[in-house]
Amino acid sequence: MKTEDLVSMLAADVAPVDRHAPGKRFAWALLFGIVGAVVLMAVLFGVRRDIGEAILMPMFWVRLGFAVVMAAASLVVTARLSRPGVRPGKAWLGVAAPVLAAWIAAAVVLALAAPDARLDLILGHTWRVCPLCIAILSTPAFVTIFWAIRGLAPTLLRLAGAAGGLLAGATGTMAYCLHCPELAAPFWSLWYLLGMAVPTVVGALLGPRLLRW
Amino acid sequence: MSPAHVSGTPEAPEERLHRLFVAGLDGDATAYRSFLDELGRHLRAFLRRRLAHARDDIEDILQETLLAVHNGRHTYRADQPLTAWVHAIARYKLMDFFRSHARREAWNTPLDEDSEVFAGSDAEPAQARRDIGVLLEQLPDRHRLPILHVKLQGLSVAETAKLTGLSESAVKIGVHRGLKTLALRIRGTA
Repeated sequence: MKTEDLVSMLAADVAPVDRHAPGKRFAWALLFGIVGAVVLMAVLFGVRRDIGEAILMPMFWVRLGFAVVMAAASLVVTARLSRPGVRPGKAWLGVAAPVLAAWIAAAVVLALAAPDARLDLILGHTWRVCPLCIAILSTPAFVTIFWAIRGLAPTLLRLAGAAGGLLAGATGTMAYCLHCPELAAPFWSLWYLLGMAVPTVVGALLGPRLLRW
Repeated sequence: MSPAHVSGTPEAPEERLHRLFVAGLDGDATAYRSFLDELGRHLRAFLRRRLAHARDDIEDILQETLLAVHNGRHTYRADQPLTAWVHAIARYKLMDFFRSHARREAWNTPLDEDSEVFAGSDAEPAQARRDIGVLLEQLPDRHRLPILHVKLQGLSVAETAKLTGLSESAVKIGVHRGLKTLALRIRGTA
Protein backbone atom coordinates (compact mmCIF):
# COMPACT_ATOMS: atom_id res chain seq x y z
CA MET A 1 0.00 0.00 0.00
CA LYS A 2 1.30 3.43 -0.95
CA THR A 3 1.61 6.12 1.69
CA GLU A 4 -0.98 8.17 -0.17
CA ASP A 5 -3.46 5.30 0.02
CA LEU A 6 -2.71 4.78 3.70
CA VAL A 7 -3.47 8.45 4.35
CA SER A 8 -6.77 8.15 2.43
CA MET A 9 -7.65 5.09 4.44
CA LEU A 10 -6.86 6.69 7.79
CA ALA A 11 -8.74 9.89 6.95
CA ALA A 12 -11.84 8.16 5.57
CA ASP A 13 -14.92 8.53 7.73
CA VAL A 14 -13.09 9.72 10.86
CA ALA A 15 -15.30 9.98 13.91
CA PRO A 16 -14.85 12.91 16.30
CA VAL A 17 -12.39 12.02 19.05
CA ASP A 18 -13.47 12.01 22.67
CA ARG A 19 -11.06 14.49 24.31
CA HIS A 20 -11.75 13.03 27.73
CA ALA A 21 -10.88 9.48 26.72
CA PRO A 22 -7.54 9.40 28.60
CA GLY A 23 -9.14 10.67 31.81
CA LYS A 24 -11.95 8.15 31.56
CA ARG A 25 -9.50 5.31 31.05
CA PHE A 26 -7.65 6.19 34.23
CA ALA A 27 -10.90 6.65 36.14
CA TRP A 28 -12.04 3.13 35.21
CA ALA A 29 -8.62 1.68 35.89
CA LEU A 30 -8.47 3.24 39.35
CA LEU A 31 -12.03 2.25 40.21
CA PHE A 32 -11.41 -1.40 39.37
CA GLY A 33 -7.94 -1.30 40.89
CA ILE A 34 -9.21 0.04 44.21
CA VAL A 35 -12.21 -2.28 44.39
CA GLY A 36 -9.96 -5.21 43.47
CA ALA A 37 -7.44 -4.28 46.16
CA VAL A 38 -10.09 -3.87 48.87
CA VAL A 39 -11.75 -7.20 48.01
CA LEU A 40 -8.37 -8.93 47.94
CA MET A 41 -7.47 -7.35 51.30
CA ALA A 42 -10.79 -8.45 52.85
CA VAL A 43 -10.39 -12.01 51.54
CA LEU A 44 -6.67 -12.52 52.25
CA PHE A 45 -6.07 -10.49 55.40
CA GLY A 46 -9.43 -9.19 56.66
CA VAL A 47 -10.37 -5.69 57.76
CA ARG A 48 -8.85 -4.97 61.18
CA ARG A 49 -11.33 -5.90 63.90
CA ASP A 50 -11.05 -2.63 65.75
CA ILE A 51 -11.71 -0.59 62.60
CA GLY A 52 -14.54 1.21 64.43
CA GLU A 53 -12.09 2.58 66.97
CA ALA A 54 -9.23 3.01 64.54
CA ILE A 55 -11.15 5.48 62.39
CA LEU A 56 -11.45 7.75 65.43
CA MET A 57 -7.68 8.08 65.62
CA PRO A 58 -6.13 10.97 63.68
CA MET A 59 -3.08 8.84 62.81
CA PHE A 60 -5.32 6.41 60.93
CA TRP A 61 -6.32 9.23 58.60
CA VAL A 62 -2.83 10.68 58.34
CA ARG A 63 -1.56 7.28 57.22
CA LEU A 64 -4.42 6.78 54.76
CA GLY A 65 -3.89 10.34 53.57
CA PHE A 66 -0.27 9.52 52.85
CA ALA A 67 -1.34 6.64 50.60
CA VAL A 68 -3.99 8.76 48.87
CA VAL A 69 -1.57 11.64 48.22
CA MET A 70 1.02 9.18 46.87
CA ALA A 71 -1.63 7.76 44.55
CA ALA A 72 -2.73 11.21 43.37
CA ALA A 73 0.84 12.35 42.74
CA SER A 74 1.80 9.21 40.86
CA LEU A 75 -1.44 9.42 38.85
CA VAL A 76 -0.37 12.86 37.62
CA VAL A 77 3.06 11.54 36.63
CA THR A 78 1.60 8.43 34.99
CA ALA A 79 -0.97 10.42 33.02
CA ARG A 80 1.71 12.78 31.74
CA LEU A 81 3.98 9.88 30.73
CA SER A 82 1.08 8.30 28.84
CA ARG A 83 1.03 11.17 26.35
CA PRO A 84 3.75 11.74 23.74
CA GLY A 85 5.93 14.78 24.18
CA VAL A 86 4.89 15.53 27.76
CA ARG A 87 7.59 15.21 30.38
CA PRO A 88 6.60 14.76 34.03
CA GLY A 89 8.85 17.67 35.00
CA LYS A 90 7.77 19.14 38.30
CA ALA A 91 5.12 16.47 38.74
CA TRP A 92 7.90 14.35 40.29
CA LEU A 93 8.01 16.84 43.16
CA GLY A 94 4.44 15.84 43.94
CA VAL A 95 5.69 12.32 44.58
CA ALA A 96 8.69 13.48 46.60
CA ALA A 97 6.68 15.84 48.84
CA PRO A 98 4.55 13.26 50.72
CA VAL A 99 7.61 11.02 51.13
CA LEU A 100 9.57 13.87 52.62
CA ALA A 101 6.67 14.86 54.87
CA ALA A 102 6.32 11.27 56.13
CA TRP A 103 10.04 11.05 56.85
CA ILE A 104 9.99 14.32 58.76
CA ALA A 105 7.04 13.04 60.81
CA ALA A 106 8.90 9.78 61.45
CA ALA A 107 12.04 11.66 62.50
CA VAL A 108 10.05 13.80 64.94
CA VAL A 109 8.33 10.76 66.47
CA LEU A 110 11.68 8.96 66.83
CA ALA A 111 13.37 12.02 68.32
CA LEU A 112 10.66 12.39 70.95
CA ALA A 113 10.62 8.69 71.84
CA ALA A 114 12.74 7.04 74.50
CA PRO A 115 15.93 5.59 72.93
CA ASP A 116 15.07 1.96 73.66
CA ALA A 117 11.56 2.33 72.22
CA ARG A 118 12.80 3.53 68.82
CA LEU A 119 13.50 0.18 67.22
CA ASP A 120 10.02 -1.05 68.12
CA LEU A 121 8.51 2.05 66.55
CA ILE A 122 10.30 1.26 63.31
CA LEU A 123 9.77 -2.49 63.21
CA GLY A 124 6.32 -2.71 64.81
CA HIS A 125 4.95 -6.25 64.85
CA THR A 126 4.48 -6.81 61.13
CA TRP A 127 7.52 -5.42 59.30
CA ARG A 128 8.37 -8.82 57.87
CA VAL A 129 5.12 -9.18 55.94
CA CYS A 130 4.07 -5.57 55.36
CA PRO A 131 5.86 -4.83 52.06
CA LEU A 132 4.87 -8.21 50.64
CA CYS A 133 1.21 -7.67 51.58
CA ILE A 134 1.19 -4.28 49.88
CA ALA A 135 2.82 -5.74 46.78
CA ILE A 136 0.12 -8.44 46.65
CA LEU A 137 -2.68 -5.90 47.06
CA SER A 138 -1.26 -3.75 44.28
CA THR A 139 -1.69 -6.47 41.64
CA PRO A 140 -5.31 -5.62 40.62
CA ALA A 141 -4.41 -1.96 40.08
CA PHE A 142 -1.18 -2.97 38.34
CA VAL A 143 -3.21 -4.84 35.72
CA THR A 144 -5.86 -2.15 35.25
CA ILE A 145 -3.40 0.76 35.20
CA PHE A 146 -1.15 -0.92 32.66
CA TRP A 147 -4.27 -1.51 30.57
CA ALA A 148 -4.99 2.23 30.79
CA ILE A 149 -1.45 3.26 29.82
CA ARG A 150 -1.37 0.79 26.95
CA GLY A 151 -4.48 2.36 25.46
CA LEU A 152 -2.72 5.72 25.35
CA ALA A 153 0.63 6.42 23.75
CA PRO A 154 3.56 6.27 26.17
CA THR A 155 6.94 6.89 24.55
CA LEU A 156 9.23 6.58 27.60
CA LEU A 157 8.24 3.05 28.44
CA ARG A 158 10.50 2.35 31.41
CA LEU A 159 9.52 5.55 33.18
CA ALA A 160 5.85 5.09 32.36
CA GLY A 161 6.07 1.53 33.72
CA ALA A 162 7.68 2.73 36.95
CA ALA A 163 5.11 5.50 37.44
CA GLY A 164 2.24 3.11 36.74
CA GLY A 165 3.76 0.60 39.18
CA LEU A 166 4.03 3.27 41.88
CA LEU A 167 0.41 4.22 41.30
CA ALA A 168 -0.59 0.57 41.67
CA GLY A 169 1.53 0.34 44.84
CA ALA A 170 -0.15 3.40 46.35
CA THR A 171 -3.56 1.92 45.49
CA GLY A 172 -2.64 -1.34 47.21
CA THR A 173 -1.41 0.66 50.21
CA MET A 174 -4.76 2.45 50.50
CA ALA A 175 -6.49 -0.91 50.81
CA TYR A 176 -3.85 -2.24 53.20
CA CYS A 177 -4.47 0.70 55.56
CA LEU A 178 -7.84 -0.90 56.38
CA HIS A 179 -6.09 -4.03 57.64
CA CYS A 180 -2.75 -2.90 59.03
CA PRO A 181 -2.59 -2.38 62.80
CA GLU A 182 0.57 -0.24 62.71
CA LEU A 183 -0.05 3.47 63.14
CA ALA A 184 3.43 4.73 64.05
CA ALA A 185 4.87 7.04 61.38
CA PRO A 186 8.39 5.50 61.61
CA PHE A 187 6.82 2.15 60.67
CA TRP A 188 4.72 3.10 57.66
CA SER A 189 7.03 5.78 56.31
CA LEU A 190 9.52 2.97 55.78
CA TRP A 191 7.70 -0.31 55.14
CA TYR A 192 4.77 1.11 53.15
CA LEU A 193 7.24 2.80 50.85
CA LEU A 194 9.15 -0.45 50.42
CA GLY A 195 5.85 -2.13 49.59
CA MET A 196 5.15 0.50 46.93
CA ALA A 197 8.69 0.14 45.62
CA VAL A 198 8.04 -3.50 44.65
CA PRO A 199 5.43 -2.79 41.92
CA THR A 200 7.44 0.30 40.93
CA VAL A 201 10.51 -1.81 40.18
CA VAL A 202 8.42 -4.49 38.49
CA GLY A 203 6.77 -1.77 36.40
CA ALA A 204 10.12 -0.34 35.36
CA LEU A 205 11.37 -3.80 34.40
CA LEU A 206 8.25 -4.85 32.49
CA GLY A 207 7.33 -1.44 31.05
CA PRO A 208 9.34 -1.71 27.85
CA ARG A 209 7.79 -5.10 27.12
CA LEU A 210 4.20 -4.55 28.29
CA LEU A 211 3.67 -1.02 27.04
CA ARG A 212 5.10 -1.23 23.50
CA TRP A 213 2.76 -0.13 20.75
CA MET B 1 10.69 31.38 0.28
CA SER B 2 7.28 29.78 0.07
CA PRO B 3 4.61 31.08 -2.38
CA ALA B 4 2.38 31.82 0.60
CA HIS B 5 4.93 34.38 1.66
CA VAL B 6 4.44 36.32 -1.53
CA SER B 7 0.63 36.24 -1.63
CA GLY B 8 -0.05 37.17 1.96
CA THR B 9 0.68 36.37 5.56
CA PRO B 10 2.47 33.06 5.76
CA GLU B 11 1.12 30.44 8.06
CA ALA B 12 3.87 28.55 9.86
CA PRO B 13 3.71 24.75 9.44
CA GLU B 14 3.07 24.35 13.17
CA GLU B 15 0.01 26.65 13.09
CA ARG B 16 -1.35 25.16 9.89
CA LEU B 17 -0.92 21.57 10.99
CA HIS B 18 -2.37 22.35 14.40
CA ARG B 19 -5.47 23.91 12.86
CA LEU B 20 -5.98 20.99 10.47
CA PHE B 21 -5.34 18.37 13.13
CA VAL B 22 -7.71 19.89 15.68
CA ALA B 23 -10.42 20.14 13.00
CA GLY B 24 -9.70 16.49 12.21
CA LEU B 25 -10.12 15.55 15.85
CA ASP B 26 -13.57 17.13 15.71
CA GLY B 27 -14.46 14.84 12.80
CA ASP B 28 -13.54 16.97 9.76
CA ALA B 29 -12.24 14.28 7.38
CA THR B 30 -11.05 16.74 4.70
CA ALA B 31 -8.95 18.72 7.19
CA TYR B 32 -7.64 15.50 8.68
CA ARG B 33 -6.61 14.23 5.26
CA SER B 34 -4.72 17.45 4.54
CA PHE B 35 -3.09 17.16 7.94
CA LEU B 36 -1.89 13.60 7.33
CA ASP B 37 -0.73 14.47 3.81
CA GLU B 38 1.31 17.43 4.94
CA LEU B 39 2.57 15.69 8.05
CA GLY B 40 3.69 12.79 5.86
CA ARG B 41 5.77 15.11 3.71
CA HIS B 42 7.41 16.69 6.75
CA LEU B 43 8.09 13.32 8.32
CA ARG B 44 9.55 11.98 5.08
CA ALA B 45 12.05 14.85 4.98
CA PHE B 46 12.74 14.40 8.69
CA LEU B 47 13.39 10.67 8.26
CA ARG B 48 15.54 11.18 5.15
CA ARG B 49 17.81 13.43 7.18
CA ARG B 50 17.99 10.87 9.99
CA LEU B 51 18.34 7.73 7.95
CA ALA B 52 20.96 8.46 5.36
CA HIS B 53 22.12 4.84 5.54
CA ALA B 54 18.74 3.16 5.53
CA ARG B 55 16.92 4.91 2.69
CA ASP B 56 14.98 1.78 1.77
CA ASP B 57 13.31 1.74 5.16
CA ILE B 58 12.12 5.34 5.19
CA GLU B 59 8.73 4.82 3.59
CA ASP B 60 8.00 1.90 5.93
CA ILE B 61 8.84 3.91 9.04
CA LEU B 62 6.86 6.84 7.69
CA GLN B 63 3.77 4.67 7.23
CA GLU B 64 4.20 3.16 10.66
CA THR B 65 4.52 6.62 12.20
CA LEU B 66 1.42 7.93 10.41
CA LEU B 67 -0.54 4.95 11.68
CA ALA B 68 0.82 5.60 15.19
CA VAL B 69 -0.20 9.27 14.97
CA HIS B 70 -3.68 8.16 13.94
CA ASN B 71 -4.01 5.50 16.62
CA GLY B 72 -2.71 7.85 19.31
CA ARG B 73 -4.58 10.97 18.26
CA HIS B 74 -6.81 10.88 21.36
CA THR B 75 -3.72 11.56 23.51
CA TYR B 76 -3.17 15.01 21.99
CA ARG B 77 -4.29 18.02 23.96
CA ALA B 78 -5.01 21.17 21.99
CA ASP B 79 -2.93 23.32 24.37
CA GLN B 80 0.19 21.23 23.77
CA PRO B 81 2.77 22.11 21.07
CA LEU B 82 2.00 19.83 18.13
CA THR B 83 5.71 19.68 17.24
CA ALA B 84 6.58 18.09 20.57
CA TRP B 85 3.75 15.57 20.30
CA VAL B 86 4.58 14.54 16.73
CA HIS B 87 8.30 14.48 17.39
CA ALA B 88 7.87 12.20 20.42
CA ILE B 89 5.90 9.70 18.31
CA ALA B 90 8.30 9.87 15.36
CA ARG B 91 11.26 9.50 17.69
CA TYR B 92 9.62 6.55 19.43
CA LYS B 93 9.01 4.74 16.14
CA LEU B 94 12.50 5.56 14.93
CA MET B 95 14.09 4.23 18.12
CA ASP B 96 11.96 1.12 17.78
CA PHE B 97 13.34 0.67 14.29
CA PHE B 98 16.92 1.17 15.48
CA ARG B 99 16.42 -1.32 18.27
CA SER B 100 14.97 -4.00 16.06
CA HIS B 101 17.73 -3.49 13.52
CA ALA B 102 20.45 -3.08 16.14
CA ARG B 103 21.79 -0.12 14.29
CA ARG B 104 24.67 1.91 15.54
CA GLU B 105 22.99 5.13 14.43
CA ALA B 106 20.70 4.73 17.40
CA TRP B 107 23.53 6.02 19.52
CA ASN B 108 25.03 8.42 17.05
CA THR B 109 22.00 10.25 15.78
CA PRO B 110 20.95 13.19 17.88
CA LEU B 111 17.16 13.04 18.08
CA ASP B 112 16.48 15.68 20.63
CA GLU B 113 15.61 18.73 18.58
CA ASP B 114 11.87 18.49 18.30
CA SER B 115 11.68 21.84 16.53
CA GLU B 116 13.20 20.17 13.48
CA VAL B 117 10.37 17.82 12.78
CA PHE B 118 8.48 20.26 10.54
CA ALA B 119 11.64 21.86 9.14
CA GLY B 120 11.60 20.14 5.76
CA SER B 121 9.05 18.78 3.36
CA ASP B 122 9.40 15.95 0.87
CA ALA B 123 6.56 15.02 -1.47
CA GLU B 124 8.36 12.24 -3.32
CA PRO B 125 7.47 8.90 -1.84
CA ALA B 126 9.81 5.99 -2.13
CA GLN B 127 8.63 2.45 -2.56
CA ALA B 128 7.47 0.93 0.71
CA ARG B 129 9.13 -2.43 1.35
CA ARG B 130 6.39 -3.79 3.52
CA ASP B 131 2.86 -3.82 2.11
CA ILE B 132 0.34 -2.73 4.70
CA GLY B 133 -2.39 -3.88 2.30
CA VAL B 134 -1.17 -7.47 2.62
CA LEU B 135 -1.10 -7.23 6.43
CA LEU B 136 -4.62 -5.83 6.31
CA GLU B 137 -5.76 -8.89 4.38
CA GLN B 138 -4.47 -11.10 7.18
CA LEU B 139 -6.51 -9.48 9.94
CA PRO B 140 -9.45 -11.44 11.33
CA ASP B 141 -12.81 -10.69 9.63
CA ARG B 142 -14.18 -8.67 12.54
CA HIS B 143 -11.34 -6.20 11.98
CA ARG B 144 -10.73 -6.65 8.27
CA LEU B 145 -14.29 -6.21 6.98
CA PRO B 146 -15.06 -2.96 8.84
CA ILE B 147 -11.76 -1.43 7.66
CA LEU B 148 -12.29 -2.68 4.12
CA HIS B 149 -15.82 -1.32 3.77
CA VAL B 150 -15.68 1.85 5.87
CA LYS B 151 -12.10 2.97 5.34
CA LEU B 152 -11.27 1.69 1.87
CA GLN B 153 -14.59 1.45 0.03
CA GLY B 154 -16.13 4.49 1.70
CA LEU B 155 -19.35 2.81 2.85
CA SER B 156 -21.12 4.19 5.90
CA VAL B 157 -21.10 2.38 9.22
CA ALA B 158 -24.78 1.51 8.77
CA GLU B 159 -24.22 0.08 5.28
CA THR B 160 -21.26 -1.94 6.51
CA ALA B 161 -23.28 -3.29 9.40
CA LYS B 162 -26.00 -4.43 6.99
CA LEU B 163 -23.50 -5.97 4.61
CA THR B 164 -21.48 -7.87 7.18
CA GLY B 165 -24.19 -8.74 9.68
CA LEU B 166 -22.19 -7.02 12.44
CA SER B 167 -23.83 -4.46 14.72
CA GLU B 168 -23.00 -0.81 14.11
CA SER B 169 -20.98 -0.56 17.30
CA ALA B 170 -19.09 -3.73 16.32
CA VAL B 171 -18.21 -2.05 13.01
CA LYS B 172 -16.88 1.05 14.78
CA ILE B 173 -14.95 -1.01 17.29
CA GLY B 174 -13.70 -3.22 14.46
CA VAL B 175 -12.19 -0.23 12.65
CA HIS B 176 -10.64 1.14 15.83
CA ARG B 177 -9.21 -2.14 17.14
CA GLY B 178 -8.30 -3.27 13.64
CA LEU B 179 -6.01 -0.31 13.08
CA LYS B 180 -4.37 -0.91 16.45
CA THR B 181 -3.89 -4.59 15.62
CA LEU B 182 -2.50 -3.55 12.25
CA ALA B 183 0.12 -1.41 14.03
CA LEU B 184 1.09 -4.38 16.22
CA ARG B 185 1.36 -6.66 13.17
CA ILE B 186 3.59 -4.13 11.41
CA ARG B 187 5.91 -4.12 14.40
CA GLY B 188 5.96 -7.90 14.35
CA THR B 189 7.28 -7.90 10.78
CA ALA B 190 9.79 -5.11 11.30
